[in-house]
Amino acid sequence: MSEVIEGLRYSESHEWVRVEGNVAFIGVSDFAQKELGDITYVDVPDIDVLSAGDEFGALESVKASSELYSPVSGKVLEVNGALLDRPELINEDPYGSWIVKVEMSDPSELDALMDAASYAAQNK
Amino acid sequence: MEQEVSLKFTCLHDEHLALGAKMSPFAGYDMPIQYSGIIAEHNAVRGGVGMFDVSHMGEIFVSGPQASAYVNHIFTNDVSSLAPGGIVYGMMLYPDGGCVDDLLVYREYGAGGYLLVVNAANEEKDFEWMKDNASGFDVSLVNASGRWGQIAVQGPESEAVLKDVLGLQGVSSLGFYNFYDDVWKGERLIVSRSGYTGEDGFELYTTPEGTVDIWRRLIAAGVLPCGLGCRDTLRFEAGLPLYGDELSAEISPMEAGLSMFCKLEKEEFIGKEALERQKKEGTARKLVGLELEDRAVPRAGYPVETPEGVRVGIVTTGYHSISLGRSLCFALVDSFFAALGTRLCVRVRTRAFPAKVVKKRFYQTNYKK
Repeated sequence: MSEVIEGLRYSESHEWVRVEGNVAFIGVSDFAQKELGDITYVDVPDIDVLSAGDEFGALESVKASSELYSPVSGKVLEVNGALLDRPELINEDPYGSWIVKVEMSDPSELDALMDAASYAAQNK
Repeated sequence: MEQEVSLKFTCLHDEHLALGAKMSPFAGYDMPIQYSGIIAEHNAVRGGVGMFDVSHMGEIFVSGPQASAYVNHIFTNDVSSLAPGGIVYGMMLYPDGGCVDDLLVYREYGAGGYLLVVNAANEEKDFEWMKDNASGFDVSLVNASGRWGQIAVQGPESEAVLKDVLGLQGVSSLGFYNFYDDVWKGERLIVSRSGYTGEDGFELYTTPEGTVDIWRRLIAAGVLPCGLGCRDTLRFEAGLPLYGDELSAEISPMEAGLSMFCKLEKEEFIGKEALERQKKEGTARKLVGLELEDRAVPRAGYPVETPEGVRVGIVTTGYHSISLGRSLCFALVDSFFAALGTRLCVRVRTRAFPAKVVKKRFYQTNYKK
């Protein structure tokens, strides 16, 4: 079974969002990392601004690549550099491994995302 | 998901489920993709030993007075000088040079027939093709695929494991691409020094019941079960083609760089004229190895372009190589761009990443001579 954390918001494409003030930390869920298997590369090109639904990069596992989609709109503040050297951190601790940090331009977009219970139900 | 209803199971299917393998459809079978993880399994085979369920592979027996002439008629390699106990690799071709399948041919002891080991996805098609092209030959063809299980034990420690765990003392004197007959649980066991990983290793063919028994003994001895995921990463690094990706009805062995397995000096075989023409005139495309400068991962289907952005080919298999730590792929490219060192690009999602043509055998293989 894959783990789901209370208090985060989830997208249908398996990203999670943790909110601190108007900043969204975005990562991928335990379900997503298990589906991908050993993650070998986090490919996030330089992007300044994202709209909700935009592709902002991809995770590469041995077998496949999986595109990343931003659940929110805003200005990209930072990419998690630790993951560039150690992409396996996403497998080890998916909810502790944020991939990008976005300054939200429209926090109401969070309402369109799922809470932990709904997300867990989606993956049943 | 309606396809899953008709998926076939190998004799080891229950073992895979008990081991918690991640299963996926492959060649019509529900097969294990990984158990502990592709990287751990890959490294076990490179550095120690691992084992694979390859019971889905097809076994077709050819016997009769004209078995040798018949096999030489449908097969690109030459079996006329193959001694009993010897194995050769080659292809069956269509008259236009397209590939029906790639396969191993085993020269049997005793009466001198042959065992043809073919890809699971092609088994029925191959058998039909073989029957259709047997007229005029005094041969008997038997597709025995359902009666044989097969386990591949691969890696530098595989010889020791076969001796110590299974008591197969004959393996010490067995050379690569040779086999001998043994007995397991009262039935025939074929011990073949061969594989699809670039390492030393063995393939064990016996009854489904014997296969389960061998599998359980090897598990009890701590041999790591490995799935089709790392089977692909291993064969890729060793420069070995996979039917469907690097060979197909549309991709000839000449295009795939496998001419050394096509004996054009043989009097005749199906597809020979087409290969002679391709050799003389050259082929429009060639399979090459590409190494990317960056960490991006080339995947099957990604476009290959010139540095100016002109599309000249397509990736057939690609990985960030586990053993070598480099981003590598096979690609079918316009022959004009196939020379070693040629600068090309692979388009990964939206960006073009610089690459250059390198030898396809990325990893130095470790076969026992």
